[in-house]
Amino acid sequence: MIEFHNVSKRYPGSCDALSQVSFKLSSGELAFLTGHSGAGKSTLLKLIAVLIRPTNGQVLINNENIGHINRRRIPYVRRNVGIIFQDHKLLFDRTVFDNVALPLVISGVPHREIGRRVRASLDKVGLLNKEKSLPITLSGGQQQRVGIARAVVNKPPILLADEPTGNLDPELSREIMDLFEQFQQVGVSVLIASHDLDLIGQMGHKVLTLNEGRMTAGGMHNEPQGGLR
Amino acid sequence: MISPGVYIARHMQVMLATLGEMIRSPMSNLMTIAVMGIALALPTGLHVILKNVQQVTAQWDGAAQISLFLKPTVTDKQADQLATILRQRQDIKTVTRITRNQALEEFRQNSGFGEALEALEDNPFPAVIVVYPTSQSDNLLTVQTMLASFKQRPEVELAQLDMQWLKRLYAIMDFGRRGIWVLAAMLSLSVLLVVGNTIRLAIQNRREEIEVIKLIGGTDAFIRRPFLYTGFWYGLSGGVLSWLLVNLSILLLGGPVSQLATLYDSNYSLSTLDFLGSLILLGVSILLGLAGSWIAVSRHLHAIEPE
Repeated sequence: MIEFHNVSKRYPGSCDALSQVSFKLSSGELAFLTGHSGAGKSTLLKLIAVLIRPTNGQVLINNENIGHINRRRIPYVRRNVGIIFQDHKLLFDRTVFDNVALPLVISGVPHREIGRRVRASLDKVGLLNKEKSLPITLSGGQQQRVGIARAVVNKPPILLADEPTGNLDPELSREIMDLFEQFQQVGVSVLIASHDLDLIGQMGHKVLTLNEGRMTAGGMHNEPQGGLR
Repeated sequence: MISPGVYIARHMQVMLATLGEMIRSPMSNLMTIAVMGIALALPTGLHVILKNVQQVTAQWDGAAQISLFLKPTVTDKQADQLATILRQRQDIKTVTRITRNQALEEFRQNSGFGEALEALEDNPFPAVIVVYPTSQSDNLLTVQTMLASFKQRPEVELAQLDMQWLKRLYAIMDFGRRGIWVLAAMLSLSVLLVVGNTIRLAIQNRREEIEVIKLIGGTDAFIRRPFLYTGFWYGLSGGVLSWLLVNLSILLLGGPVSQLATLYDSNYSLSTLDFLGSLILLGVSILLGLAGSWIAVSRHLHAIEPE
């Protein structure tokens, strides 16, 4: 589902943020991405969402190299990737319902179907009774779950989460993680950037560790230079 | 893929949503619409006035007459012959002969200088033939060729077209027409900039929303759409406003104009912007609204990229 082959990313005027990173995440697999801050976690996630382009190497999603795709194709790649942000990135002038409906509106789902799917998604995260609320009236944990509902409403095959439990207490964090496991069980590839090592340890999933831009655990090592192709 | 029905429904929805948004914050939008309306009303109004002036002067076209002053050596008989020849021409409606004596008599009666003439030994007036062109040939160009041909005749001392002032008026109107075009072009440009600037501000106000939409896979077309529809609404409402302004002005001018016309024994009344003209005004206004927002969107949308 997601494959990195010798991916490097260098921002102009600095050293490599990512260097020769190779790993693979299959359908229905859940992995944690850890590392100290500045290790390259965000850079890696941004590469999958095509927010940035790799300097070297190949990023494959569904066997498509997205490193050099046309700008106009980017939105369609992003529709296959549900992203959960640490700061939620909700629109505060719209109701919870409208926030969650946005990906469906964007991809042109018929109106009558939108309501059904939004409610199914909100039901999944336990916020069905909040559909008419404005996000500002919700707690941090609830806002995070609205963000998750929005990320999964389109049923994307890939789910990315950037520090989804960053500001939550352990109990809420665990609930959120359970949600991700449920998505994984229905075949979604889930990649969660987190530094909550305790929680990661409890869950027992694949762990990808980054250290100063290099993948020190969980990746594919000793890959020949230049990647597979 | 999106089905055509869904596509149209989406467009309709965005169209109505942007209208709803504009109605919800009327003050700032009214300012933009007012600027557009006034800017477009100005050249449109001038165009209507010019059209009215043209209609009035078209009625005066019938006043064209050419006076042929004959040489003193030309006898009455020769003058009659010339008049007969002229009468046979297709492009001439009537020909009037004024003999030297008639001219003298007329002058004596009408001018009040009759006694002064007594002092002269000879009749100082030339014989005159006045030519009235038919209505078909009564336009400036034909009349002028006619005039040139009369000047060639040996009997004619001087051929004079009594339309010089009309010619000047036409020249002034030509100038006016060109001026209106220049004015319209400049004001259209300003309308474009006003819409562009308003849309630019709208884009900046919705920066966060645009970022989020881009993050979750919104295409450029999707993001562009509400701004283009906003531009469309600005154009439409600006056009309607300028149409109202023009027609209101004509309504206000109508009374004095018909009074003036009465004084000239005419039942002339101001003509308003016709259907085609109104359609063109609305079309141009909508196009300007769309173009202004398109420019703003294409310039500023790429600058907003999620990080």
